[in-house]
Amino acid sequence: MSARERVAGQVANYVDERTGSAKWLKKTLTKVFPDHWSFMLGEIVLYSFIILLLSGTFLTFWYDPSMREVEYEGSYQPLSGLKMSAAYASSLHISFDVRGGLLMRQIHHWAALIFMAAMVAHLMRVFFTGAFRKPREFNWIIGVGLLTLGIVEGFLGYSLPDDLLSGTGIRIAEAIIQAIPVVGSYLSFFIFGGAFPGEMFIQRIYVVHILLLPGIFLALITVHLMLVWYQKHTQYPGPGRTEKNVVGYPLMPTYMAKAGGFFFIVFGVTAFLGAVASINPIWIYGPYNPGQIGAGSQPDWYMGWLDGLVRMAPPLEAYIFGYTLSLNILIPGLIIPGIIFTGMALYPFIESWITGDKREHHLLDRPRNAPNRTALGAMSITFMLVTLINGGNDLLATHFDLSINQIMWFSRIGVIVLPPLAFVITKRICLSLQRADRELVLHGKETGRLVMLPHGEFIEVHEPLTPEKAYLLTQHEQLPALEANLSNEYGVRNPKAIRSKIRSRLSRSQAEQIAKPTANDVKELEGGHH
Amino acid sequence: MRFISKYRRHRFAGPLLLLGALLFAGLTYSAAQAVTEQATLSQSDKATLIAEGKEIFARGCSSCHGLNAEGAGVGPSLIGVGAASVDFQVATGRMPVADMSQQIARKEPVYNDQEVAALAAYVASLAPGPAAVTNEELAWERDGNMAQGGELFRNNCAMCHNLAGQGGALTQGKYAPTVMGVEVKHIYEAMITGPQAMPVFSETILTPQEKLSVIKWIKHAETEPQLGGAALGRVGPVTEGLVGWVLGLGLLIGVAVWLTAKAR
Repeated sequence: MSARERVAGQVANYVDERTGSAKWLKKTLTKVFPDHWSFMLGEIVLYSFIILLLSGTFLTFWYDPSMREVEYEGSYQPLSGLKMSAAYASSLHISFDVRGGLLMRQIHHWAALIFMAAMVAHLMRVFFTGAFRKPREFNWIIGVGLLTLGIVEGFLGYSLPDDLLSGTGIRIAEAIIQAIPVVGSYLSFFIFGGAFPGEMFIQRIYVVHILLLPGIFLALITVHLMLVWYQKHTQYPGPGRTEKNVVGYPLMPTYMAKAGGFFFIVFGVTAFLGAVASINPIWIYGPYNPGQIGAGSQPDWYMGWLDGLVRMAPPLEAYIFGYTLSLNILIPGLIIPGIIFTGMALYPFIESWITGDKREHHLLDRPRNAPNRTALGAMSITFMLVTLINGGNDLLATHFDLSINQIMWFSRIGVIVLPPLAFVITKRICLSLQRADRELVLHGKETGRLVMLPHGEFIEVHEPLTPEKAYLLTQHEQLPALEANLSNEYGVRNPKAIRSKIRSRLSRSQAEQIAKPTANDVKELEGGHH
Repeated sequence: MRFISKYRRHRFAGPLLLLGALLFAGLTYSAAQAVTEQATLSQSDKATLIAEGKEIFARGCSSCHGLNAEGAGVGPSLIGVGAASVDFQVATGRMPVADMSQQIARKEPVYNDQEVAALAAYVASLAPGPAAVTNEELAWERDGNMAQGGELFRNNCAMCHNLAGQGGALTQGKYAPTVMGVEVKHIYEAMITGPQAMPVFSETILTPQEKLSVIKWIKHAETEPQLGGAALGRVGPVTEGLVGWVLGLGLLIGVAVWLTAKAR
């Protein structure tokens, strides 16, 4: 034993005798995680969050969360001498007069965009592979909560510099708050401390942005990860992988190195973007003034769909008891997002109700083997894309020589027509892929080699699949549809017959599959012409 | 040929072929774009400017605006629009119009400076209107105040032309064009004549000095170095979101694939 090893051993022993950590560490460090690129999307979210905390802390050193009016005397000449809020002036100060300030601001903003993008990508992975199924429903709900809070957090951060673009966003948020029936105008008064813009909201959203929401984020992320740890990571199906094991590599050393290295790569990519690409150039936009507005004002992308919904809403208003109900804002700004996020949070329960599957699942689905779920995902993405397109309608109009009215009508019709279309098409594609899988298992891979038989017939040589590949293509189970339970054995009508009927109808759609080849099918073929 | 056939079933063959085809189509298209030529005419005498203008007008403008600029069907009357309006419309290539779409777009001018001056002199001779601005009036570098100009721009122009002056969409395919790269004289003339959907900014709304301030701010925005890196088109969060997804998340997913790739 070398001197170094002896010292290390003594230190470890010292710590272990006092904390009993050796046993725990041994168990923890050898914990196995499965290996797949799509399992690292969540890591990107976590690492961008850490980058956001670090760069955000730097920004707080100089940012002044105050709407006090000051005269700008910094080094950016085109704004010199203008009256503006201290918040905007200090954001300019960070951008131009603090060493590395602009880089940090840009890293912070790029990290926020990547944070949200990676969160959505992670969500898609979890959804399409069915990773939200029992026992992971709570973690799914926490994820939906993190996504919602992420949108709010990003929006507040975008509003802090108090430039003309972000103030426009706040103004729209105020309109959405005011559209809430009965309490809207009071809520707006409470939030802004009086009439818009008031003198309070920058201080308030600052505290929410840097203290309240990051605190909630930390707590939720911790629970999210603890649940992943406790429930163990899901894995893709394959030979040797079961519902009872996890096939992969241990935390130490493999994932310590991979995850640790990946953190620095995420930081590197974010810093690279911050260094080479301008983001939110607030000095061009000028200080916020409620009397001013710019054409082509947009929110960050994760709010773009909401903006698109509001932009496509027809001018509906209702008058009830002498009060105006702004349905044109209420429906797209609050009701539709409410339905979307509630539906998303409840989805695991809805799916297990339809399939009647209450078992634990640790093996992931290949998306094609859950055609309805995959189609529903494609439908949601289509909905989001159409609304997102309408959110940028003014820029699309100028850059592609289109009429903004035409884009709006395309979105109004498209938002209703295209998602169901995407559902049908995706479902058909899934079933076709299942059919292709079946062909592949039964007949093997086409090799492109044509052979002429002695009697002159040409055939293409098919290469049989490896057993591993054949297993992968046939390991999934295909649940039968649930029958409607209309009456019991004595012919007494089930009081919940209508519910049961709906469920059975949905279940039949859910169970629409191409029968996977059985061992018998394969045997029969082998006995036949091959 | 063996080289090609050997790789035709490679898993990258499809994407590469598609990329090649796209490149080919794109290059062919851009090569086929015709280059418009600028017509030049000989100098003409200043004294006969109006007469010359009348002649050009009769040849190039009267089919829409009428033989005496009184307006006819498609073209409005030009009596009283003044030299500034003619200079703006013709020197930026908007007139004569190439196609009657939602909005008459800026294009390569058809007439040279001399001909524009002749046309302007002719139209101005019909009835008084905003006169063409002289260089003396356009001492924006001396008389303009940049910060004030920025504030005025945000107050009066940004709602159509965008906060960064990049232009913006109006209804039914109409648009406010970008103010970047527009000649000082033409910005000034646009403000005093209000072409197409643009309102007129009279001296009571923006004094001549204030107009010069706006110009000074625009000219600064045009030449300002790209602080903070690539400008991404200066159109705000839309391109930023696109870059965040494609470049940011794209790179990171690439790295994730690399990190989890099985050693071969």
